[in-house]
Amino acid sequence: MKPLLEVRNLAIQFATEGGAVDAVKGISFSMEPGETLAIVGESGSGKSVTGLALTRLLPEPPAIYKSGEILLEGRDVLKLSPGELRGIRGKKIAYIFQEPSTSLNPVFTIRNQIAEAIKLHRREVTDIDAEVVKYLDLVGIVDPAKRMRDYPHQLSGGMQQRAMIAMALSCQPDLLVADEPTTALDVTIQAQIIDELKQLKQRVKMAIILITHNFGIISGIADRVAVMFRGKIVEYGETASVLKNPQHPYTRALIECIPQLGAKRERLTTIDHAALAAEVG
Amino acid sequence: MFSYLLRRILYAIPILLGVILITFLLSFVVQSPATRAKVILGKRATPAAIADWMHHRGYDKPRFFNTKSGESLLDSQFFNHVKKLATFRLGVSDVTGRDLKEVFKEGAIPSLLITMPAFFVGIALAVSIALYQVFVRDTPLDTFGALAAVAMMSLPPMVWIIFGQAVVALSLNYFPAFGYDLHGLSTVKFLILPIALIAVMGLGADVRLYRAIFLEEIAQDYIRTAQAKGVSNSRLLFVHVLKNGMISLITLIVAHLPLLVMGSLLVENFFGIPGLGNTLFLAIQQGDFATVFASVYLGSILYLIGLILTDICYALVDPRIRLS
Amino acid sequence: MARFFDNIWVQDAIVVFGFALVAALIWRGSRNERWQRAWKRLRRDKVGMISGVVIALYLAVGALEAIQIPHREWYSVSILGWLTQSIPHETSYSAPFAKETLSVAKAEALNGTHILGTDALGKDTFVQTLRACRTALIIGGLTSAIYIPLGTLLGILAGYYRRWVDDLIQYIYSTLASIPEILLLISILMVLGKGLGTMSIALGVTSWVGLCRLIRGETMRQAERPYIAAARSLGQSQWKIVTSHLLPNVLHLVLINFVLGFSGLVLAEAILSYLGVGSPVGTASWGAMIDGARSELSREPLVWWNLTAATAALFGLVLSLNLFGDALRRAFDPKRG
Repeated sequence: MKPLLEVRNLAIQFATEGGAVDAVKGISFSMEPGETLAIVGESGSGKSVTGLALTRLLPEPPAIYKSGEILLEGRDVLKLSPGELRGIRGKKIAYIFQEPSTSLNPVFTIRNQIAEAIKLHRREVTDIDAEVVKYLDLVGIVDPAKRMRDYPHQLSGGMQQRAMIAMALSCQPDLLVADEPTTALDVTIQAQIIDELKQLKQRVKMAIILITHNFGIISGIADRVAVMFRGKIVEYGETASVLKNPQHPYTRALIECIPQLGAKRERLTTIDHAALAAEVG
Repeated sequence: MFSYLLRRILYAIPILLGVILITFLLSFVVQSPATRAKVILGKRATPAAIADWMHHRGYDKPRFFNTKSGESLLDSQFFNHVKKLATFRLGVSDVTGRDLKEVFKEGAIPSLLITMPAFFVGIALAVSIALYQVFVRDTPLDTFGALAAVAMMSLPPMVWIIFGQAVVALSLNYFPAFGYDLHGLSTVKFLILPIALIAVMGLGADVRLYRAIFLEEIAQDYIRTAQAKGVSNSRLLFVHVLKNGMISLITLIVAHLPLLVMGSLLVENFFGIPGLGNTLFLAIQQGDFATVFASVYLGSILYLIGLILTDICYALVDPRIRLS
Repeated sequence: MARFFDNIWVQDAIVVFGFALVAALIWRGSRNERWQRAWKRLRRDKVGMISGVVIALYLAVGALEAIQIPHREWYSVSILGWLTQSIPHETSYSAPFAKETLSVAKAEALNGTHILGTDALGKDTFVQTLRACRTALIIGGLTSAIYIPLGTLLGILAGYYRRWVDDLIQYIYSTLASIPEILLLISILMVLGKGLGTMSIALGVTSWVGLCRLIRGETMRQAERPYIAAARSLGQSQWKIVTSHLLPNVLHLVLINFVLGFSGLVLAEAILSYLGVGSPVGTASWGAMIDGARSELSREPLVWWNLTAATAALFGLVLSLNLFGDALRRAFDPKRG
């Protein structure tokens, strides 16, 4: 099967006061249509930067795309014109972000924000309200016809994130990039959102990149996992085998950080960065 | 909505009382009416003339409580002052003796004719320039614009007026340099230059402020969301940034009122427009205290009305504000 | 009291005190890590450094005019007056580098060369322009000495103690802010009379409001941060919390406000002098020079040099202050600069 997305040797720098900083140092991976890839790493590991780079969403400056290719269905995203890029954003690759309360525009209704995406990418849709209701219903929002008239602040955090997901799905993208979709939410809501994503995977045929710092949430949803550390992919493989038999010490450390139910521990495991850096180089 | 409005109006009342107190302090306590009479009537005025002038204006009453037998306890400078201002009796001019209400009524129309257009033109210009700067942000054009805005706000307003009158009106002869004539369309040609000058005076500061507001908006998460949807740059600016930015802007627009007062104060005298600014300018030159104090009171009433209107607009535009 | 402030020596002493206060503020700040980082950034900011140097030049000229030295013929003379005493006086207007006065009917030969011409009284325009620096700096300095401590103190009190203290302070400044600034200034000055001292008092009354609002907001933000709660739970006194935690964290805002506010004060002096309620007659003031232009521009041939010199000098100072203030803000808060 032809890969949906192929990232080759991607390197990204940020210009800062103290000089250029490497955020992503030559990473490569590829994705098949319908596949789910989890990118796991701590904050600062370059995982979110990688996600945003897929449609060139990083503000330039300070971001600089140093080298590499991002091939979406064979076309290099980094070589597209601004107009062509806008054609891909939302239509081919859609996003949901970490903080739904700030990621939704506070002064427009949910309906208007979803309708904006539909109007942009699906000209053929005539009954936009019906389409908005359909997607809100799909993500499990009760009474969608009424809720779509609400402004973001009238919804709970979990509902806001569902609305974000509905907005992303409404353009029927081939790839959904979920950038820490549960981090800002309560623990019980986190589980609901992950469940929602799992179910959507069954119902809608689309690839998902799940960006997270939490190994605990990826099993059962991700087919493969890429572990990022300091701008590099240090481990890449089938989720089950990585979880069972991690090769890289950083992966091992991350997996040990998952709190186990019923496990007796003196204290939570922490990662010793100095030691890791010495080991990894 | 009604109770919200009522609350805002009730909130303005103590402030208005404070303003009345300030005008009282200035006109009766810091400088006594007797000193004022001497300033206005001249050094050679007879004691009788001064006493007459003061009596005519009620300035010879006791300050706080009238303890003279047979007279009301509250027939004093302070209570009369509060009573008069609270019922909009502004008194008479110290110099000409004309009723100030009439004087202000006459000046209102010419002043509104130049300040209102200047207000709207100024804001529209500043918002468009600031948005355009955000559109071309991080380019030399934006840097130049930011520098030009600072340069514009560093020039004193009189210099704009002098330049406008000397160069645009007198040398280039595009507009009449002086005069005012309220006759249909011919009024317009007398008004364009003063309006433009008042609008330009505040432009630099406004552009700078609005640009900062818009730049803050464009760094917000929801802008990234819109970009991720594939929204075009112009739609991003004119729909997403503008609507959010306008909400922040509304609260700042009332800060324009003092600028308009200053604008008309400086411009009207220059162009011979018989408005409030001109009246005030002459009052300053002639030492007409009563007129100046009355304009302080009226100015603050205007400001408070502006504040209430702002609050209403804010509540109407921002869905996060509940009116109840 | 106004007469006390009009005494030239008192003003000098206050200005020296003001300089010392600013120096102390910066010295106190230099121990703050945030200020050290800001200084590093500021040093790399070309616009900021150039405008800083220009401000220093104005300060130097103003100080030369402000400091009086005893003189044989007169009671005292400023250093600037002493340095420029060789430049002769004329009888009337003369153009830059002209040989005779500007009079069509009866032109008189000049006693010397004047690079920027002379004014109506025959005084050298360039010297007058330089002397006006003092007026601008005195107004800026005196007013800042009044409003900065007042605004900072009331802002911190309102933001930290909240409740009725906050209500009272808010009421006072809302009342003052509801009067258009120019009207309040004019009425205070009409009552108190013209003069640099009275102008500073009037400007002080109107200027503290903005600073107080700013400091109040920032203090509230800081007071909600955990380190204040921690300090309180450790049993630190209120006074200690205010002086060693709150004040250092709002002081950079005070500095930025001081610089940007100074530019507004210089402009305000010019506007008030232009309106005839500002500097007393005879004071060298850019506003008064611009005021003179009203009649000068309608003369034939027209007299443009007084207006031009005063505008350029005023513009140079205000622009530098604005640019330097912006540079300071960028240095302290690079994300939002």
